[in-house]
Parts: sequence; C-alpha cells; structure tokens
Amino acid sequence: MGEKTVIVLHSGDMDKVYSALIIGNGALAMGMEASIYFTFWGLMRLKKGELENGPLSKMNMLGLGRLMIKQRMNKANVASLERLMSDFKELGGKIIACEMTMEIMGIKKEELRTEWIDEWGAVGTYIQEARDANITLFI
Amino acid sequence: MAEMEIDVRGQTCPVPLVEFRKASKRTSPGDIIIVKGTHPASKKEIPMASEAMGLKVLEIKDKEGGKEWEIKIQR
Repeated sequence: MGEKTVIVLHSGDMDKVYSALIIGNGALAMGMEASIYFTFWGLMRLKKGELENGPLSKMNMLGLGRLMIKQRMNKANVASLERLMSDFKELGGKIIACEMTMEIMGIKKEELRTEWIDEWGAVGTYIQEARDANITLFI
Repeated sequence: MAEMEIDVRGQTCPVPLVEFRKASKRTSPGDIIIVKGTHPASKKEIPMASEAMGLKVLEIKDKEGGKEWEIKIQR
C-alpha cells in the first residue's frame, strides 16, 4: 500500500480551508494518497456556494481583514479554493463528509456539493482511513 | 517517446507541484516533462517529488538571470 495523508478539517475558516487543500494537493503531488474528512464548521464549506465563503480565523474584522487578505492573495496569484478542490479531485484525493455534523446542523445531502464527496461517515471512517496513514492532521 | 512542456511561470504554491503531477500522470514511462516556472520553492520541490515517485531529474537550469527556472524530468 502507498503512503497516505489524512486531514480532519474541523474549521470552516478560509485560511484553514486553504491549509487543508494545499497540504492535500501537496501530498497527492508528491505521490501520496490523500483524504480530507470535513466535519463541523469545515462541513459548512461543502454546502453549495460556500467553499470560498469562510471568514478569516484571525483579524477578520467583520470581513474587512478577509477582504484585504483576498486582495493580497489575488495579487500573489494564489489559486482559488474551487481550483484547489478540482485539482485535489483530479489527482485522486478523497473527500469524506461527517454525517453527525449533518444531523446536528440539519444539513441534507442535496444541500452539499455531492459531486466532490466520495464517502459519508463518522469517527470510525476517519480512524479506518487514518489507521495506515503516514501523516494525519487536525485543522 | 513524447515530450510535454508545462508553463507555470507566475504561479505560486501549490500549483507548480500540482501541474507537474498532472503532467506526470498523463505521460507514459520514458516520456520527458519540461516544467518552466518562477516560484522559488517549487524549483526544489519538483525534483523532490520526482525522486519520491522514482522519476529521473535530467536537468535543472536557471533562466532570465535567475528569475525563471526550467526542470527536465524523465518519467
């Protein structure tokens, strides 16, 4: 079996979603397998039209800080989260959606970007996924 | 034996690495991949990724007075 990176994305903050997708893509690009388990606030980013909409984890300042960072990211030619997600999927990355979060937050499957989601699960799915992983991160 | 060129000049982390990986998936064993870029860390990381995946780095050269680089890899 090949090497594997498994990331739990608990945060829905824009900068942390970037971290998860950049690390996931990096792992795939370096020849590893990669999965991202979207849970809690992270799962909100899988709702239709919400991937790019997270606040900044620090200095959000009612969205002003976020806007400034977005401008700087555009200037530095940083890829959008949509692009990073599409690269992640193209390179064979796996997306897992947390079913308990869906229940707590009252989210239905049809509200999510189901075309991205490979598996629906709970903690057992994460453990099984991470059991033979070389890298696992909680973001 | 085919040759594939990818131009990631002006692109930043993780795009050069990701585009290189996409190219390596699309080529066949023996094919040559040429990556042109400007992102400094990728100049080190594309050869690192190549080695990790058992690809052969044939050449790394600086261009435009060090502002650009070009890496040649054989799959």
